[in-house]
Amino acid sequence: MAKKSFRQAINEALTQEMRRDPRVVLMGEDVAGGLGSPGEDDAWGGPMGVTKGLMPEFGRERVLDTPITESGFIGAAIGAAATGLRPVADLMFVDFMGVCFDQIFNQAAKFRYMFGGKAVTPVVIRTMFGAGFRAASQHSQCLYPLFTHIPGLKVVIPSSAYDAKGLMIQAIRDDDPVIFFEHKMLYDDMDEVPDEPYAIPFGEANLTREGDDVTVVALGRMVKLANEAADALRRDGVACTVIDPRTTSPMDTDSILESVGETGRLVVVDEAHPRCGMAADVAALVAQEAFRALKAPVRMVTPPHVPVPFSPALEDAYLPTAARIVEAVRGVMA
Amino acid sequence: MSDAIRPIGMPKWGLAMTEGKVNAWLVEEGAEIAQGDEILEIETSKITNVFESPVAGRLRRRVAAEGETLPVGALLGVVADGGVDEAAIDAFVAQYRQHAAEAGAAAAAPEPVLLPAEGWTVRALRLGPEAAGESGTGPATPVLMIHGFGGDLLNWQLNQPALAADRAVVAIDLPGHGGASKVLPGGGDIAALAGAVRGAMAALAIERAHLVGHSLGGAIALQLACDAPEAVASVTLVCSAGLGPEINTDYIEGFIAADRRREMKATVTALFADPSLISRDMVDDLLKYKRLDGVLPALRAIADAAFAGGRQAAMFTDRLAALPVPVQAIWGEADRIIPAAHATAIADARRHVLPDAGHMVHMERPEEVNRLIAAFVTAADG
Repeated sequence: MAKKSFRQAINEALTQEMRRDPRVVLMGEDVAGGLGSPGEDDAWGGPMGVTKGLMPEFGRERVLDTPITESGFIGAAIGAAATGLRPVADLMFVDFMGVCFDQIFNQAAKFRYMFGGKAVTPVVIRTMFGAGFRAASQHSQCLYPLFTHIPGLKVVIPSSAYDAKGLMIQAIRDDDPVIFFEHKMLYDDMDEVPDEPYAIPFGEANLTREGDDVTVVALGRMVKLANEAADALRRDGVACTVIDPRTTSPMDTDSILESVGETGRLVVVDEAHPRCGMAADVAALVAQEAFRALKAPVRMVTPPHVPVPFSPALEDAYLPTAARIVEAVRGVMA
Repeated sequence: MSDAIRPIGMPKWGLAMTEGKVNAWLVEEGAEIAQGDEILEIETSKITNVFESPVAGRLRRRVAAEGETLPVGALLGVVADGGVDEAAIDAFVAQYRQHAAEAGAAAAAPEPVLLPAEGWTVRALRLGPEAAGESGTGPATPVLMIHGFGGDLLNWQLNQPALAADRAVVAIDLPGHGGASKVLPGGGDIAALAGAVRGAMAALAIERAHLVGHSLGGAIALQLACDAPEAVASVTLVCSAGLGPEINTDYIEGFIAADRRREMKATVTALFADPSLISRDMVDDLLKYKRLDGVLPALRAIADAAFAGGRQAAMFTDRLAALPVPVQAIWGEADRIIPAAHATAIADARRHVLPDAGHMVHMERPEEVNRLIAAFVTAADG
């Protein structure tokens, strides 16, 4: 099967869904690029080149370069979704989301509920997240816990190219607002990705490693590190199950509880800040639902509760590493 | 006494296999082993299986340790007569390892191809010699392998390479399955699927073939033999449909309904006598297949047409006697999808019911199934 990058996988999902359904439109800053200026058309395809090639195929009617006003075009995308289109809006960096919280939290997330189930809001908001890019504190946050906190939103965090394509197709076909998180350090990761369209259901975890000793839950880029740690530990005779929930809302709590029931030990790896983050959320879930299965206290591997540093040396020290996951696993095994 | 030292290498079970894990040795160092003895249990990302010794003699050295993961071709053990001294065996092991390191990665594995057939696109994998053998004789009649409901050409990964030693062996994906197009040209009943396979044979430029069909694929092979006996040299039915009315519809419906790992794993447990053979990758691959657009409607249409009301719609038992094509049946005794009793439709001499195997008998007992198929097609060639 063909190997494709995370970037190609998302591009392919968008292309196939736009071919299948004329209601799917793209909007965002430079999703094509070059609008209204002399020079190259389709110059950018978004800041990371994910949407390149879509404007030439589908035209500017369906691939809309917007002004630099997140509050404006996110609101427009939500309104368009409420009135019949299926927009995919590119919010570039999740760090910029703050200016459109009302549109997302109070409008998109609430329409279905406030209108008695009679309204749907099939909008997808794509956004980049995560550190390691030397992009400093205002372009490196995770912030998915904020969106997971809001009922009415679906939150998707793919960790591989295969998942990225299938989850994006599901996001576009879903009738609820979906915040689609793309880790900026994963765009060049390669994986076997079928040419045909496919949808991965939300709320179904992926088990990337299987073992009886320790359950490791990780999201996004942390899944790669958890796999690395699990492989290193296996050589020393410690077998980990690595669970990638893939979506934090809805979340596949069954898979986590079932695995902890077998292993009795849990390490949660989260690139988000430790307070009110997904690591704390998963730890609380297990403490409440599977306390008697636990053979050791739950360990969280997260960055410290500080902004992402700009200094490369500090940024590297800030992020969780495979070595820190190994250490935590050894801690719960001790 | 012979002073020959013979290696036992990591087998290659199918295309996807690049390495295997030695789960357990089943014989002690120093034991006399015969060719075909079960000597190792090897786990791949797809399946765990016992490995039968390709050679006979005394197992002088267990080179691979239990728990070790090694690439295909890596030295697992050494067989030699008792007269061969330890130093010679040490030298052999060292030499083999050096040679293996120099050989490096194996040559690129053959890849399945997509070919337009009438009304659909077939995916096919061809292994084995293309044309006339070195002796100058004509090419042996090829084997065409047809998988069952929900399967794909990789279901034959433990069989196709072994059978391809002396003839072309082509495994195909049925419409709606694997990498084939997900449209069903002409519908989901056995006759329409047999027509699609005829189209695939034309696209593959196969005029005549030995058909090997598993489950649904077996009924398709019988239909093809009835419709076009001139195109069929022999039929091997593996846990086949078409020989009786019963079929496990809980399995069929469960397979269609399962969209999560846990449900899928529980469903496919019914396929094996030994459910421990089911790996995480096997379940993941099935879910990946089922998520492809068009798969669910295709499976639904086939189930509704071929297994309507929980009974098999197409029956060939009355037509077997008049069929001018030799037919054999291979079954797993513990088949929980189609009862092994259906094999009694085939004459005793051509009926092989293997113990300790379920519906996926060709994966659970590949060595025996391969021997039976190879002997049958060779005999049918005359």
